Amino acid sequence: MIKTILIDDEPLARSMVKEYLQPHTEIDIVAECNDGFEGVKAIGQHKPDLIFLDIQMPKINGFEMLELLENPPAVIFTTAFDEYAIKAFEAHAIDYLLKPFSKERFDKALQKWMSSRVADTKNTSALIETIAPPEERQRIVVKKGANIVIVPVHAVYYIEAFDDYVKIHTKEGFYLKKKTMSHYEQTLDAASFVRVHRSYLLNVQELTKIEPLEKDNHVALLKNGTRIPLSQSGYTKLKSVLGI
Amino acid sequence: MENKETLSGSRVLLVYSCWWLVWMVEQAYLFHSLDWSWEIAGADAVVTQLVLALGGYIMHTSFRYYRPGQKNAAYIVIWSIVMAGLLFLLQRWLLSELFPGRPDYLLFLSQSSMMRYMFNWLMIAFVSVLSWIWYFLHEQREHEKRKQDAEQLARTAELTSLRQQLQPHFLFNSLNSISALAGSRPEEARKMIQQLSDFLRGTLKKDDRQMVTLEEELFHLQLYLDIEKVRFGYRLQTHIVHDDFAVKMTLPALLLQPVVENAIKFGLYDTTGEIMISIDARAENKTLVLNITNPFDAVTSSSQSGTGFGLSSIQRRLYLLFFRNDLLTTHIDENRFTTTIKIPQQ
Repeated sequence: MIKTILIDDEPLARSMVKEYLQPHTEIDIVAECNDGFEGVKAIGQHKPDLIFLDIQMPKINGFEMLELLENPPAVIFTTAFDEYAIKAFEAHAIDYLLKPFSKERFDKALQKWMSSRVADTKNTSALIETIAPPEERQRIVVKKGANIVIVPVHAVYYIEAFDDYVKIHTKEGFYLKKKTMSHYEQTLDAASFVRVHRSYLLNVQELTKIEPLEKDNHVALLKNGTRIPLSQSGYTKLKSVLGI
Repeated sequence: MENKETLSGSRVLLVYSCWWLVWMVEQAYLFHSLDWSWEIAGADAVVTQLVLALGGYIMHTSFRYYRPGQKNAAYIVIWSIVMAGLLFLLQRWLLSELFPGRPDYLLFLSQSSMMRYMFNWLMIAFVSVLSWIWYFLHEQREHEKRKQDAEQLARTAELTSLRQQLQPHFLFNSLNSISALAGSRPEEARKMIQQLSDFLRGTLKKDDRQMVTLEEELFHLQLYLDIEKVRFGYRLQTHIVHDDFAVKMTLPALLLQPVVENAIKFGLYDTTGEIMISIDARAENKTLVLNITNPFDAVTSSSQSGTGFGLSSIQRRLYLLFFRNDLLTTHIDENRFTTTIKIPQQ
């Protein structure tokens, strides 16, 4: 039996997928979710093989929801109109259904997934890693225990590299996220976040002082007292952003 | 505009004719006072001035095809010198042909050559300069008009594109809902097609600058809200209040719906669970005041920066229509986001 979950904030859109799935008796709809929060919970609980996922949803969008999953299941995206998302799908050879879609198109997508299950999950992971909002990122969605926390970017003190993860430091402590430093360097506003070191991305709003260390080295002092080492190129970059 | 042009053109011709007529009379009197008979004085004056008028006309016409720029004004001087000479030769030939049997007149003709030539040159130069200025002003006016037209066109285009930001998202999602309904509840699907068609028709038929009554706009809005309610079900609640004066007031067509659309998007995607969108319209001393309120989450809101994305185009539209930037304001009160729009009434 194949387990699937439908995640869409419009009940009629879900009922459409449900109707199309009816003849496929090998597929069992284990849950239906109204938003990404419910989605994360249901996915953790049921460990589905496949999800049908809308992108524009309350609170956190489809991509942000996927970011929160340790082992994301295979995804067939269902979306109405989102040029940016479509470009991203095509770049990663991920199947997507443009609403409204026909039964034939739906069956084709399902068929395609069935015949190449493994490849699809790999593509999804690649998509999640590279996808970034078209405009600068305004917030970062993280998971703290069972809770989902939405961190506005201005609340981020700095981001630190941590093996395969990054630590996102805020007033409330740090959050772990399985992303790369360069991902955040590219998606956060370059005027506020500066890569001052291979392992540090600094929010310049939090900076109070730059202190010299021995030789040519410098260290940044944050408002909360944290000291962050600056690499030579990082120091130059920081100076140019600050205009000194 | 075109009418005015031709009028000013014929007026120029009239002034031009009068000008030469005056000189003709003057010259005739002058020559008569020099003891020439009225016949000779008159004929000389007519020939001289008519030839000059012709020369001036040629200069003016040639400017239509080539006009020296401000920098090479010297060309005008050279041309007028040459033209004056040619005209002088023509005048002399004509006059000597007229009175071949009057040696005293022929002598006078050759004695006054220098004077006649100088007069020609002065006149032609004067006419040329005037003509040049006339063309210059004409061109400036054309240029000004073109600029105005271009601005007007750009404004219309901008208004159209601002207005036509009818969200494709809305359209495709509505079609998806209809598709879902078609299988299980065809009657409802048919009703939604009807609503969607009425809404789209209302969007298409209105012209940008058209002012409509609030009553009409609310009717159009209701179509939109009905469709959204089918899409979002119980989650979307609306509350519309308006006073009796307000409904008769006018506002730019299709202004309210995008604001409400923005509020819905804001509300629906920023919170989970039910949302209430309130629309409150009232008349306040000759101004229509619209308040649109939606719930939102101040912490996680993705559109924290001032007015939301959808509102900047409304603001721009209000500016283009009323030349005022203060007609749209937003206000945050805990978890309520309020958009206020003021429409001055003429």
